[in-house]
Amino acid sequence: MSVSTEVRNRTAGGVGDSPVRPDGMFKVTGQFAYSSDLYMDGMLWGTTLRSPHPRARIRSIDIGAALKLAGVSAVLTHDDVPGERVYGLEIADQPVLAYGEVRYQGEPVAIVAADHPETARRAAALIVVDYEVVEPVTDPREAVGHPYWKPVHDQPGQRTAMSRDKAPVHPEGNIVRHQPVRFGAPDTATADVVVRGDYEVGMQDQAFLGPESGLAVPDDDGGVDLYVATQWLHVDRRQLAGALALPEEKIRLTLAGVGGAFGAREDLSMQVHACMLALRTGRPVKMVYSREESFFGHVHRHPALMRYEHGADRDGRLIYVRAHILLDGGAYTSSTPAVVGNAATLGVGPYVIPNVAVDAWGVYTNNPPCGAMRGFGAVQAAFAYESQMDRLAAAVGVSPLEIRIRNAMSEGSVLPTGQVIDSPAPVAELMRRLEAMPLPPPLSEDLRGMPGGVSNTTHGEGVRRGVGYAIGIKNVGFSEGFDDFSTARVRIELVGDEPSVLVHTAAVEVGQGLVTVQAQIARSELGVERVTVAAADTQVGSGGSTSASRQTYVTGGAVRAACESVRVALFERAAERYGPGDYRLVGGTVESTVDGMVGDIASLLLEGPVERTVEWRHRPTQPVDEATGRGDAHVQWAFCAHRAVVDVDVELGLIRVVELAAVQDVGRAMNPDAVLGQIHGGSAQGLGLAVMEEVQLIDGKLRNPSFTDYLIPTIMDMPPMRVEVLELADPHAPYGLRGVGEPPTISSTPAIVAAVRAASGVDLRRVPIRPEHLVLPAARPGSDSGIAPGTPAHSTQRP
Amino acid sequence: MEFFRPTTLPEACHLKSEHPGALPLCGGTDVMVDINFDRRRPEALLDLTDVRGLYEVSRYDGYVRIGAAVPYTTIIAELSAEAPGLAIASRTVGSPQIRNRGSVGGNLGSASPAGDALPPLLAVDAEVEAVSAAGTRRIPIHEFFLGPKVNALRRDELIAAVHVPVARGPQQYAKVGTRNAMVIAVCSFSLALHPDAARVGTGIGSAAPTPRAALEAEDFLADELAERWETPEPLPDDVVRRFGELVAAAASPIDDVRGTADYRRHALSVLARRTLEWTWAEHGRQERTR
Repeated sequence: MSVSTEVRNRTAGGVGDSPVRPDGMFKVTGQFAYSSDLYMDGMLWGTTLRSPHPRARIRSIDIGAALKLAGVSAVLTHDDVPGERVYGLEIADQPVLAYGEVRYQGEPVAIVAADHPETARRAAALIVVDYEVVEPVTDPREAVGHPYWKPVHDQPGQRTAMSRDKAPVHPEGNIVRHQPVRFGAPDTATADVVVRGDYEVGMQDQAFLGPESGLAVPDDDGGVDLYVATQWLHVDRRQLAGALALPEEKIRLTLAGVGGAFGAREDLSMQVHACMLALRTGRPVKMVYSREESFFGHVHRHPALMRYEHGADRDGRLIYVRAHILLDGGAYTSSTPAVVGNAATLGVGPYVIPNVAVDAWGVYTNNPPCGAMRGFGAVQAAFAYESQMDRLAAAVGVSPLEIRIRNAMSEGSVLPTGQVIDSPAPVAELMRRLEAMPLPPPLSEDLRGMPGGVSNTTHGEGVRRGVGYAIGIKNVGFSEGFDDFSTARVRIELVGDEPSVLVHTAAVEVGQGLVTVQAQIARSELGVERVTVAAADTQVGSGGSTSASRQTYVTGGAVRAACESVRVALFERAAERYGPGDYRLVGGTVESTVDGMVGDIASLLLEGPVERTVEWRHRPTQPVDEATGRGDAHVQWAFCAHRAVVDVDVELGLIRVVELAAVQDVGRAMNPDAVLGQIHGGSAQGLGLAVMEEVQLIDGKLRNPSFTDYLIPTIMDMPPMRVEVLELADPHAPYGLRGVGEPPTISSTPAIVAAVRAASGVDLRRVPIRPEHLVLPAARPGSDSGIAPGTPAHSTQRP
Repeated sequence: MEFFRPTTLPEACHLKSEHPGALPLCGGTDVMVDINFDRRRPEALLDLTDVRGLYEVSRYDGYVRIGAAVPYTTIIAELSAEAPGLAIASRTVGSPQIRNRGSVGGNLGSASPAGDALPPLLAVDAEVEAVSAAGTRRIPIHEFFLGPKVNALRRDELIAAVHVPVARGPQQYAKVGTRNAMVIAVCSFSLALHPDAARVGTGIGSAAPTPRAALEAEDFLADELAERWETPEPLPDDVVRRFGELVAAAASPIDDVRGTADYRRHALSVLARRTLEWTWAEHGRQERTR
């Protein structure tokens, strides 16, 4: 490592620096081209007709009037889907266009292409769909049979090549996946101190700012080019090939400017529709969802009902945890099986617990489909287990920090899955560092610093301060035996007599800074400052998904491996030119460990470029046992801890988060500015879940599909942060790095809720907190019974 | 959809009488949202952006006349002394961008129960100046709101201005939202003390089909204050509490996506108590320095 450390230190803009992002200036000045800005002469505009009903049978669809409208080029329904009628990330069960039945409000039923977006919308309004409305199943308890069972799906889903082997399907009913985890003797364990609680997490939306959009361009060979904002080009292409009945090589995807993702772009949205319309009309077709449509056009975070029981000795050392986690997956599978896997395997938090029984279920309902969102199953469980840790601390009379330190896992600890934590797990240290941070000054006298902010609701009356702590655990990379890899092509050549590196991957930049970090790696590994990162497209092998905090790890690993391969070739040339020796590449020069600088890299390239393509994998993981959850399921774990300081107006129930402090171990800060950006952004998203963000539903229908009523934090809501970054290298990971993006989202929510509890004295059991929960006892959700599946918490019986 | 862009008020009135279905448009912060959501498709748009006269502020006989298109930013900057309740309310409107474009005329035209500018206008007995090709009339604000998003304008009328009596006493406005900025009111309340007339005025927002005054609360408080105006000691708790109860009782809120009826009533009583204490304390300071 010493050589590469020196390389890092001597090539500007390399690993550990924070070079300026290539997209930064364009984004802040409004010049960046997002997918919604795509344009091509002669293009048509596509639009989607969606079901107004959460559940209905389709008796007929009449497109006659829509087709007759001047300017309309095509109106397509399920009859026009060229290939497979269903698609999905893990299980193909979601119709490209509804047939037979619609299972959620907003499900696509028909698509239109016209010469103007308004013409397309008016044509869609002329389509007559005869629905027989059916009462929807909207309560996940009802969906699994409590108090009664109604099938949402009566057709089995098709398993796909993507299916994770141990993601059982229950085609006969509404259980997508049930994953138990059993460790020790949870059924017989007893404890002096027992705390029980029921918790609820509302449906959060990713609320990315760039709506779903893309442009499909048909070509002469019957294939199609798609420019689109997505998270994984190759998994889109696989699903497109199925739906369009085209070989994959006839479908070429190029990444268009992505305006945020957070998981919401993992599932297909307009991809197949735009391609179908383009192939049918022979013309380019652009589709852009409106903000309102976007709320119907992507999956949300799974709402959760959770019941936890923690048993500890009188000193607060945990003896057992029993937990039920019920996740509402909505109408289609999406990534529910993997979300269930995370909730189950990470469901008790970063603590050492000798006896564990967790049961996590993901179920179908007629609510909007739920799938990936930053934190992915770990968010929901953390709200419950961290709430429980605070209650346990109170029960045994120690501080929230102390209870976590006493039970903290560390390197060498064993997870309830039996997997050994084989890299640093500085849980206790993160808590101690939070404790050492200074607290912010007392209540602001500026109105803008008070609960209610500029709305002028208090001049200090009723305001109480509270402090809360939380920590979370998140797996990095795809788990449970998934073949998780990325591909990188690296080419070095002379451009105008200067050595220049081209890095090409299909890995998606969603705003997190992946383009920058790929270039940093190439600079450090090849000693060349001029690095270009090619547009991500399917002309190179899969980069895997931009999710699970995995891209810097996996695609970063692939870029490094490809650079190493290029370097070997250059060293061979160096040996030919300068004789055998131990060479390295630094700042554009070739150095020998014996003779110092012997030449420049450019001279090695006179005989031509060097190009290598490498497919790189992280270490393999295992599926977990279906009955016990045992298995080495995860690649790596990441930890972040938060301290929240809040001021609460206890008479109005309004909250001002005064400060968020965070400590996170990132293994190695590849780009320190980007690391801070992720911690700030993730913390803000967790703040949103704590105090305002919820997709509200009544009988399966969305009540607030707009940014008028789906509120996300503003700069007046998100406070300044104190952040400490630890760099405790993971010996299994490239550069020792740890995924950064998700952990801060996990712990900020429970820390804020803990602080609000401390300020108000109200035992809050649900997020997001609404003002009435704080001031009207009758409006307060959650008791200690009644929300989890109708079986005792320690039972292994499936409901 | 036809689009008209007059440059003078008479021209605008003429167009409106010719096209009574034309929807007036200025800042566009409400109208364009509705059009983008396809909630309404007016037969014509009457864009008043270029009618310069609508941006004027003038003073006469104890009144401020605020042109219908005067943006909130101007009200905050220039009218904090003469119309303090309206200025405080204007600070709570949307974002800086919205405050640069949005105007009281638009709030009156939309007549939403959640319009932030409306409760302070009720609390000071403002008057709306309606203009048409046939002439001008002044509509008392208490007669202006007829129903949810329905106002008293005739189909040929436009809003030219709002006339606000210059403040002779303290005024307040407070708004509950579930975010610390850029939020639509869950409920709001405005209170104006009128020591010269020994009266008080109120306005409730977002807790009834229209913005409305809490008349019984006003009468109760005026009675309680009758003997106290010149010797403003802190008010007894039971007076403050009763005022809060009467304000809450004057509302007829509903449960909706932004909040529950019970919470709105509760929050109104808190806002009423607080704004009473703030204005009464300010009145006391003014009396002492007199």
